Amino acid sequence: MASMNMIQAINSAHKVMMARDPDVVVFGEDIGYFGGVFRATEGLQREFGSTRAFDAPISEGGIVATAVGMAAYGLKPVIEIQFADYIYPGYDQIVSEVAKIRYRTAGEWAMPMVIRSPYGGGIFGGQTHSQSPESLFTHIAGLKTVIPSTPYDAKGLLIAAIEDPDPVIFFEPKRIYNGPFDGHHDRPVTPWAKHSASEVPDGHYTVPLGKAAVVRKGEALTILAYGTMVHVALAAVEAQGVDAEVIDLRTLVPLDIATIEASVEKTGRCLVVQEAPRTSGFGAELAALVQERCFYHLESPVERVTGWDTPYPHSYEWAYFPGPKRLKKALEKVMAD
Amino acid sequence: MSDKDPSKLKPNRPQLALHVPEPPFRPGDTPDFLSLNIPAAGEAARPDVTAAPADTHPLTTQLVRVLDDQHQAVDPWDPKLDPDTLRKMLRDMVTVRVFDDRMYRAQRQGKTSFYMKCTGEEAIAVAAAAALTQEDMHFPTYRQQGLLVARGYPLKDMMCQIYSNKGDKLKGRQLPIMYSDKAHGFFSISGNLGTQFPQAVGWAMASAIKGDSRIAMGWIGDGATAEGDFHAGMTFAAVYNVPVVLAVVNNQWAISSFSGIAGAERATFAQRAVGYGIAGLRVDGNDALAVYAAVRWAADRARSNNGPTLIEFFTYRAAGHSTSDDPSGYRPANEAKAWPLGDPIERLKAHLIALGEWDEERHSAFAAEADATVRAAQKEAEKLGILPQQGKDDIGSMFEDVYAEMPWHIAEQRDQAVDEAR
Repeated sequence: MASMNMIQAINSAHKVMMARDPDVVVFGEDIGYFGGVFRATEGLQREFGSTRAFDAPISEGGIVATAVGMAAYGLKPVIEIQFADYIYPGYDQIVSEVAKIRYRTAGEWAMPMVIRSPYGGGIFGGQTHSQSPESLFTHIAGLKTVIPSTPYDAKGLLIAAIEDPDPVIFFEPKRIYNGPFDGHHDRPVTPWAKHSASEVPDGHYTVPLGKAAVVRKGEALTILAYGTMVHVALAAVEAQGVDAEVIDLRTLVPLDIATIEASVEKTGRCLVVQEAPRTSGFGAELAALVQERCFYHLESPVERVTGWDTPYPHSYEWAYFPGPKRLKKALEKVMAD
Repeated sequence: MSDKDPSKLKPNRPQLALHVPEPPFRPGDTPDFLSLNIPAAGEAARPDVTAAPADTHPLTTQLVRVLDDQHQAVDPWDPKLDPDTLRKMLRDMVTVRVFDDRMYRAQRQGKTSFYMKCTGEEAIAVAAAAALTQEDMHFPTYRQQGLLVARGYPLKDMMCQIYSNKGDKLKGRQLPIMYSDKAHGFFSISGNLGTQFPQAVGWAMASAIKGDSRIAMGWIGDGATAEGDFHAGMTFAAVYNVPVVLAVVNNQWAISSFSGIAGAERATFAQRAVGYGIAGLRVDGNDALAVYAAVRWAADRARSNNGPTLIEFFTYRAAGHSTSDDPSGYRPANEAKAWPLGDPIERLKAHLIALGEWDEERHSAFAAEADATVRAAQKEAEKLGILPQQGKDDIGSMFEDVYAEMPWHIAEQRDQAVDEAR
């Protein structure tokens, strides 16, 4: 057991799996000798050699496409897209190929691969280093979409994703790489070392895909969140003194609907929180599912807290980001009637 | 006022002009391909398979040809194949053409939704299949059905896929002719053009990572070389010196767009190898021996870690793009007949006859045999159903194989769909 931040936990997951499975290969832009712009692949090339951890050309389409060929051969590629905002040149390969090959070959070929990518805002990255494009992937049948929010989950989910027989989009909330974020950008960052989920086993373990975590038990309402927003929501709940049940989805597809239903049936109220823009976001799916399945338990309309429907605005980051004020207002609204 | 207002033009500067390429001939024109300057067989030099890429680059503007006008095979590219191999290639090509004709007709008879012929291009897939080993992996386009035929994939199984019937191993999920068969080294065909080209590079990278001896061959058409996937494939192949053979089948037409719309007025497709620093060959795609020789050369080069090769097969799409296409709307009806590289089946047949290893009687007898074989396969396939009868039984199977294990939301939708179909 060691205290790790999310980067160290993700790095450890790579090392564990590369040591266990000779078919795991890792590549992406700057991930080799240098170890990645966020250092998630640090030391892999040194330890496992340059044909198992190597730099790729700046060609996300090529990175995904060659990973398809490798998976078809029988390898398990774990590829890094340097920022989720750069994933779009690979989108055709992901949507038309990665997601569909098992189906269109009736299981003759599978696509076991993990596409890792740092996503989300809160780091003054402007519109090309801050986006939350998860709903573009949750909409695609054949993909699994996973978003961890702690070091422990990041390692366990990444190992589970690498061992999974299907392709997994693994979005890492980069704002919380070094410590949980309470939504108050003007306050100093709390390091992960002070958080219990930074205690990470050194060896192999998994956090199963498709299972949410109830990170705060409560009776007054249910908050559905993932990624950075789990921590922003938790802080807002404490600040407002609301007895909310906070669910960290961890896997968006396949969704842990049973945990969501049980909680909303108990609390009768639901707030959906996402960092991504509002329209057609994953929160819309969550809101629809809750009203379809828990309507007669609801005492107030399902509310959404989201980013705005604009491109990510650099200098207006903190007016854009769904922070404590937006959460406070939404909590008041959900609890009003 | 628009920022494109002509009054704002600077009068002392030349007016810019956009060039939109036009093919040399349109419907009603008399096609004449004299300007192509087809070099004679034997003119192109044959570098050693270990040659530096630059030594191959003169070949990117020439044409590797083996069969001459007297139907003789000439050096330096003559692969010196034995008569049995030549006859097998001829038989496979004839079978492909008969198969295409039967399935085209089946589509016209309403037995399936779609079909694509490879008429005039039979030599390319058939000879490429012969030049690689059965263990090598192809990432084909939809016009390489010859690979499956040459590798002995059952015709009936191809037809069952075309009919989406009970015998379709792809369970009726794929458009006709989008075959897939791992055992025959044939990767699942995609309708999104070009995607398979860099995938072939990835497969070959994996083979090299593992220290395997198998290579991959990636295929693309002239039109789809404009896709980013073509350039990604070329970049990765060059960067990692990947053991892959990359083929551009330049059949002159991408549906109704001639090769100039993909850049062919400026450079040959083979010349793209020059910029990437890999070996490049331009090959007469209607000459089965030249196709075999070039693929074999590139395969030997890849197997000996001398790197990837881009091969342009220069050919002509004699039929329409697909059953949904009518070429009379955009090109002269007799253009295929005027094509100066001839018909690949006639050329190989004439060569075998010149060798004394074949004759008209045997050819007619084999053509009849191929026709009977294809008809018999069709009869067997149709016993398992044709497309209009499909899509009604086992609705639940539609929901399988999206994931290895069916998640709850898909299971719920399956139950709903099954209920809806009751």
